[in-house]
Amino acid sequence: MQEKCWKDKMLFRYLFILLILLPIKVFALIEVDITRGNLNPLPVAVSPLSIDKNSKSNFKKILNKENLGSEISIIVENNLKQSGLFNPLNKDAFLQEPDIANLKPRFEDWNLIKAQALVTGKVTFVDEKLRVEFRLWDVLAGKEMMALAFTTVPNNWRRVGHIITDKVYERLTGEKGYFDTRIIYISEEGPKTNRIKKLAIMDQDGFNNKFLTLGNELVLTPRFSPTNQMVTYLSYFKNLPRVYLLDIETGMQEVVGDFPGMTFAPRFSPDGKKIIMSFAKDGNSDIYTMDLENRIVERISNHPSIDTSPSYSPDGKHITFNSDRSGYQQIYVMSSSGKNVKRISFGSGLYGTPVWSPRGDLIAFTKLHKGKFYIGVMRTDGTGERLLTENFYQEAPSWSPNGRVLIFYRETKTNKKGEGFSAKLWSIDLTGYNEKMVVTETDASDPSWSSLLSN
Amino acid sequence: MNRSVTISFGLHTLLFIVTAMSLPFLAKKPIDLPPIISVELIQITDKTNIPFAPKAKKIIEKVKEKEKKLVSEQAPPKKIKKQKPDAVPLPDEKIEKIKKIKDKKQNPKKVETEIKQISEFEQKELFDSNNIAALIDKSKVESAETNKKLDKVTQNQDKDMDFAGLTLSEEDALKAQIFGCWSIPLGLPFNEDLLVRIKLQLKPDGSIIRSEVLDHARMNKPGQKFYKVLAESALRAIKLCQPLRVPSTGYERWKNMQLNFDAREMLEG
Repeated sequence: MQEKCWKDKMLFRYLFILLILLPIKVFALIEVDITRGNLNPLPVAVSPLSIDKNSKSNFKKILNKENLGSEISIIVENNLKQSGLFNPLNKDAFLQEPDIANLKPRFEDWNLIKAQALVTGKVTFVDEKLRVEFRLWDVLAGKEMMALAFTTVPNNWRRVGHIITDKVYERLTGEKGYFDTRIIYISEEGPKTNRIKKLAIMDQDGFNNKFLTLGNELVLTPRFSPTNQMVTYLSYFKNLPRVYLLDIETGMQEVVGDFPGMTFAPRFSPDGKKIIMSFAKDGNSDIYTMDLENRIVERISNHPSIDTSPSYSPDGKHITFNSDRSGYQQIYVMSSSGKNVKRISFGSGLYGTPVWSPRGDLIAFTKLHKGKFYIGVMRTDGTGERLLTENFYQEAPSWSPNGRVLIFYRETKTNKKGEGFSAKLWSIDLTGYNEKMVVTETDASDPSWSSLLSN
Repeated sequence: MNRSVTISFGLHTLLFIVTAMSLPFLAKKPIDLPPIISVELIQITDKTNIPFAPKAKKIIEKVKEKEKKLVSEQAPPKKIKKQKPDAVPLPDEKIEKIKKIKDKKQNPKKVETEIKQISEFEQKELFDSNNIAALIDKSKVESAETNKKLDKVTQNQDKDMDFAGLTLSEEDALKAQIFGCWSIPLGLPFNEDLLVRIKLQLKPDGSIIRSEVLDHARMNKPGQKFYKVLAESALRAIKLCQPLRVPSTGYERWKNMQLNFDAREMLEG
């Protein structure tokens, strides 16, 4: 016992001496919390891609393009600008030639024009193919952030521009891009009483527009498969609604089935193996799924009210839909088996067309309140409702594959008297500030955004 | 055996005493500075030995005019020291007496350090007009002493600042500068743990010697793209902002600094 007491004393003494010997003057490290920044788009310099004389003349013969390097850089520039997150700088201010900039940029020169990131590259004609190298530089740190090369057939030159943008976007924002994608929509022509509606597809920037149907049948609500380049849509054949599947790559079309009564908005499940839709059976609209392999139809919701516009969550475990079971149209969420139905929208007005974000965090919707239409988003539990845009008539939001931008259609009156109308596609990002019209050859409605063509 | 134990004991005791002596909390005892400040007489006594109060104002004005000229000449302290014994020998004797008295009471080392501090203080206060006036007009002695006391307090505050953080205004100036430079990547999800801590080593002018992301390993982990993007944006902001708006004094206290970049507030909007 005494020995233990003595040991304790010794230990205490040693500790005391150790404390004395420790450095006495200690500076507390100053910490400063930076909780705000500016939301200005990042200044980026997209240098024209350098191209040698031989490649230039070859591409001129094949593609009829004077300078393919410049053309590709313009695609990248326009994409970055369209995103609202970047501010591509005017090329007139560039001090360094593209060929030298690609080898080793003089960062002082790029710093001078306030560029924070720089894209350089090189285009060559190799074995009848287009080879594009590009580099992304951090101007302030004076280091290379990324370097990639693509080889493809020359006709894919626009896609190369989109892929470069996706890579730059991903490296600078941390999330995947949405530029190498396509949009399927309903092209509309003619007076409102005799509208010709065709299925059309284009690149997300409006180029390479193609019509997929002739316009002799009414087509509605095309939706892309999240896993491949398949499209499902609704078409009326002899005044009966039919759900179709269309393979974009091959152009092959097949009828999924004839459904009774009013059928609405077929949409793929996240794995692409099922289609979810609503149709009226015995006068009651409910939600059903159809297995694309065995064509078995399964009833998901069962309620005397009108349930429509179903959309799966990206994990496939939940479904959001709109229903008037509370007296007027609101948004609900349930499990994929149809259980645990829960209302999530409680604001005034009518809510419809809910679409679950591919990122899983938000649900986009259309809201009608006091005669005006809004496109908005809310969290999946119904909190944090934000209305992004307001107009006379607009609806049908569709998410970009990264869950950052929404595309929808808007009808506007063409003159002050309210005579005539025009339907156009518009995009808006989640901030609500970056709203832009997507240029289409004809009037357009019901857009659906594809997943990335290349991963 | 006994011998080595004795030597060890002796050396440890010596080490203990030396360490204990050098401890600042043991050494720090306030010393009355006012008597020593009488050294300041030196500059004035060359020209003013006049105790008459009515003339005091004129003399003060003259001295004030000369102060402006003297400020530039003040720089070399050695000259001033040389002037001291020539002008007034008595105060030095006083200092010596004080030293001796204090030597008996306190540790010699500590007094030396305190005297050094006083000499620095003297250099700053050499041309204090209140002191001069107090010497000319005795009625001002009291007020001069109170001023000295106040000055003493601020000196202590300066010492404390070495251990304190930035003042609110200093911090605000720095924050405002970085707010302008930091372009928050708008694509970041607001529900992620997005706090980037960057440790900086700064030069006295606010330019950056070294910057280091504290959780650097996280930047290269799979699935941490957002963190990497945010960290890079924060590093860009620092580089864009440099030289940082740092205080003009107290380099020791802020030469190492940590900036915590937190984007959640902005992204949640």
